Amino acid sequence: MTKLKRLFTIILRLLALGATTSAIIIMVTSHDSTEVLNLKFTVKYSNSPTFKYFVIVEAIASGYTLMVLFISPKSVFSPLVVVLDIVTTLLLTSGISAALAIAEVGKKGNSHAGWFPICDQVPKFCDRVSVSLILGFAAPIVYFVLNLYSLHPVFNPLFAVKP
Amino acid sequence: MAPQNGEKPSSAPAPCTKINRVLLLLRLLAFSATAAATIVMALNKQTKTFVVATIGTTSIKATLTAKFNDTPANVFFVVANGLGSLHNLLMILLDIFGRKLDYKGFRLPGIAILDVLNVVLVSAGVNAAAFMADLAKHGNSHARWDKICDRFGKFCDHGGGALISSFIGLFLMLLICAISIIKLLKPNATTSHINISFP
Repeated sequence: MTKLKRLFTIILRLLALGATTSAIIIMVTSHDSTEVLNLKFTVKYSNSPTFKYFVIVEAIASGYTLMVLFISPKSVFSPLVVVLDIVTTLLLTSGISAALAIAEVGKKGNSHAGWFPICDQVPKFCDRVSVSLILGFAAPIVYFVLNLYSLHPVFNPLFAVKP
Repeated sequence: MAPQNGEKPSSAPAPCTKINRVLLLLRLLAFSATAAATIVMALNKQTKTFVVATIGTTSIKATLTAKFNDTPANVFFVVANGLGSLHNLLMILLDIFGRKLDYKGFRLPGIAILDVLNVVLVSAGVNAAAFMADLAKHGNSHARWDKICDRFGKFCDHGGGALISSFIGLFLMLLICAISIIKLLKPNATTSHINISFP
């Protein structure tokens, strides 16, 4: 039974790894330029500190997932892995929440502050960032399912699980 | 002694040990931090009159108001911190008045799950509001978004205070979450026949 559990955990971690890595790659390669009054303006992901934070958080999460894939369940680090999984979920949620807030301003603008939406001027950039954010939204969900699955034996103390 | 399937652990009331007192104190501090953040951000409003144009000797004034619900991120911040402080309040009341409440041993895992959920929620709220505040303070020259903190100073100061309070509350809630999970892994002596393994 533990083999099946381990397989399921590995599948979830591979899903999370794929989601975070693709989010990073798509965000980093997103750029677009537009011409306004004979001047060329380029938009890159690094123009916004929020998207830089998003990339850093996803990089930390994917590096951590890669490292944890190689730890066997019987090693002494298992409780530490459970705690770090929860911290990684927290980190991923914070990254995607911040990036979504700024992307919403970019798409809809904010009339009260006089901030105009930029998505109609640089549509290619906006599309790529949207795809990256969707992938970055799936990553904390997968991690949350992983957390629930890791803590599952503890949820039901009626059934004692042998170590 | 091998544990039997279906044997109920004895649901003893939570003892008045040192760690429970520390947990109660931490919950009180976290509740006050998140509640303060909610209230300060929800009452954040500043009205200012600007001179827009001058025609001859009379000047045309425009009154602009900065409220917290101009930005969806701040609304989410208020909602998330409100839910977080509600959760903290519930846990405090449960600790003081509901020591014997237990449903087939689900009390400790239930508290741990709710703690994790609320930590994640508050973290998301505070981060979205933090980056929105950074945008308001520094603007973004690439997207031609002006900063607004030089004109609405009091609004920005109050918002910054709410953010600091919420970050402190988040840190305390993370500590509380860690302690709740450690309590799950090391239950007290009456329920020590539960064995736990991780996948």
